[in-house]
Amino acid sequence: MRRRPLVASTGVRDGETAELTVVENSDRARPIRERMREVWNYRELLSQLVRRELKVKYKNSALGFVWTLFNPLMYLAIFSIVFGLFLRSAVPLYGIFLLSGLLMWNVFSMGTMTATASIVSNGSLIKKVWFPREILPLSSIGAVLVNFCFQFLVLAVGMAVFRHPPDWAMLPLLVPALVVGTLLALALGLLLSALNVYLRDVQHLVELLMLAMFWLTPVVYQYDFVADQVRERFGDGAERLVLLNPMIAVTTTFQRVLYNPTPTGDPATDPFGLLFRPASWYLVNLAIAGVIAVAACWFALWLFGRLEANFGEEL
Amino acid sequence: MTPVNAIEVVGVTKSFVRHSEPAKSLKERVLTLRRNTTTRFNALDDIRFDVPMGSSIGLLGHNGSGKSTLLKCIAGTIRPSSGSVRVRGRIAALLELGAGFHPDLTGRENVFLNGSILGFSRAQIERIFDDIVEFSELGPFVDSQVKHYSSGMYARLGFAVAVNVEPQILLIDEVLAVGDEAFQRKCLDRIDRFQHEGRTLLLVTHSPDLARQICDRVVVLDHGSQVFDGDPGEAAAVYRRSLAQRGEPVPESMDRPVRIAAPEIVDRIYAPGDSLELTAAFESDRMLRGARPRLFVHANDGALAATAEDLGTVDGTSGSIKLTIHDLPFMEGRYHATIALFDDDTELDRSAAHSFDVMTAGRGVGRFRLQVTVG
Repeated sequence: MRRRPLVASTGVRDGETAELTVVENSDRARPIRERMREVWNYRELLSQLVRRELKVKYKNSALGFVWTLFNPLMYLAIFSIVFGLFLRSAVPLYGIFLLSGLLMWNVFSMGTMTATASIVSNGSLIKKVWFPREILPLSSIGAVLVNFCFQFLVLAVGMAVFRHPPDWAMLPLLVPALVVGTLLALALGLLLSALNVYLRDVQHLVELLMLAMFWLTPVVYQYDFVADQVRERFGDGAERLVLLNPMIAVTTTFQRVLYNPTPTGDPATDPFGLLFRPASWYLVNLAIAGVIAVAACWFALWLFGRLEANFGEEL
Repeated sequence: MTPVNAIEVVGVTKSFVRHSEPAKSLKERVLTLRRNTTTRFNALDDIRFDVPMGSSIGLLGHNGSGKSTLLKCIAGTIRPSSGSVRVRGRIAALLELGAGFHPDLTGRENVFLNGSILGFSRAQIERIFDDIVEFSELGPFVDSQVKHYSSGMYARLGFAVAVNVEPQILLIDEVLAVGDEAFQRKCLDRIDRFQHEGRTLLLVTHSPDLARQICDRVVVLDHGSQVFDGDPGEAAAVYRRSLAQRGEPVPESMDRPVRIAAPEIVDRIYAPGDSLELTAAFESDRMLRGARPRLFVHANDGALAATAEDLGTVDGTSGSIKLTIHDLPFMEGRYHATIALFDDDTELDRSAAHSFDVMTAGRGVGRFRLQVTVG
């Protein structure tokens, strides 16, 4: 028997007593509210994992983080040449148009794809230590968002070079658009990352899903191309159905604000007559997409809570 | 005031599905399609015990007894099939050292990553960063990538993070086997300090000796069932009996016919010149006649500092060896006393070490106190 100090001590320093929360591990999934509080307590891990993801990606490369900027630069250069010179697109400054939608699309697709793989690729960690598992998909999306900020700078510089200002009045719209796009990626990422543990096919399936969604979302082309077709075939108002793809609300908002098309006044000759809509149109779309995103997040969290029970054994 | 429990294990049962040999070819798959090839078995069956705050509890069991599964349920990496585990306070699990180290990151970066995995903030880790580096003995290597580390360095850094983040509860799963003897002693020392700070410790082991040395209560698991909960000495006996009954190989350390408990030392801190009393109980399966105790004192770096022989003889099947060191010749530092029993020149058994500290008032460097006169 070891000797013990006479004064009973709990091993807790003054002021730390409040941190002594009781955590219960049983066969039941823990309530979402409690898990979200735990994620908040582990926010340092979230930032460390985001940092790790960014650091490791470019470790041992001479140019390091600069590589992140090359991707949008290439898009800007190539698409400007191909669409501007070869294809003579009716869209002026096509490179800017493309990037204004593409960067946000990348947040969604890269975020979803890396988040989907996040649980499986950190299997060794999950088997050994407990922490809120939701942190892993969250950190994937966090890293994508950091990349987005840097790539956004490239676009901003490009817009300055081509003397193409955004619509300053509508600039605040980017905030809800970014939030909705991120929440959508988060919902899909949470859902698919948990499913991927049980069925590794999910990881490959999501790539195909993203490819399909890329071409079903106006990024390379304008929203009106689809909307007009749908309206012609199914009648007036049917084009609203296209907006069931919630990412359309997000990319069109980015295109509207950043590409900021100048109306010529004549709808027949203006390729962007229809994209030039009032702010309310975008707000309503974003609100609908936002409701979808929040509901999807809630469902994903709920399912994640059920599925995480066997992560430790399945990995 | 009723004692607060750091851990409450309430009727934990964990059942796994056992897959039979998986079908290899498509043909086999088709042939075994409708045959039920899975069976359920209970890795843990209705385990219940409490770990009061500040206590050290051992989980003793053979390989496959479910002790690691139970530890994972407590750490939260797997969920019990029924029942629950309630944990009060921050846990650090030494399940596998350096879990979550990323090979491409430097030691420094990994310390912050690892600390945050254990749930600590950046400021908290910064406060203890120097202690971690000092404990790990990595020195300037802390800024090289972890993939260039030796396995020993890796384990040292992992242990250094886990014990220095000062968790309220420490879970240890047979990790003391890493590193050289000096580092192991350092780890045991750190665990000792951890206990004296009143923190809670849960040790998983299949060595009753280690459990006896460290824990004040031991729970014995046998094939997923809890067969004993109580005194470490009795637990060792229960464990030994259950192994013998099943005809399983008994671990070497228990095969010894003579066993000496870790020596008890009355005080912990001494000044040079003090007297130090040690008492160690022993028991033997056969009658001892004229066995000779010897005393070894190691310095903290693992070097043998002093020995004493000709300490009389010991007879009988049990008893205690009481020794007194007069006029302690050591200078400031931590020392470890070990008592061994010899039959002629054959060592019968050697106790685990018990440590004591020597503090000097004035200046003085070196290990021994020299008494020097001038002229």
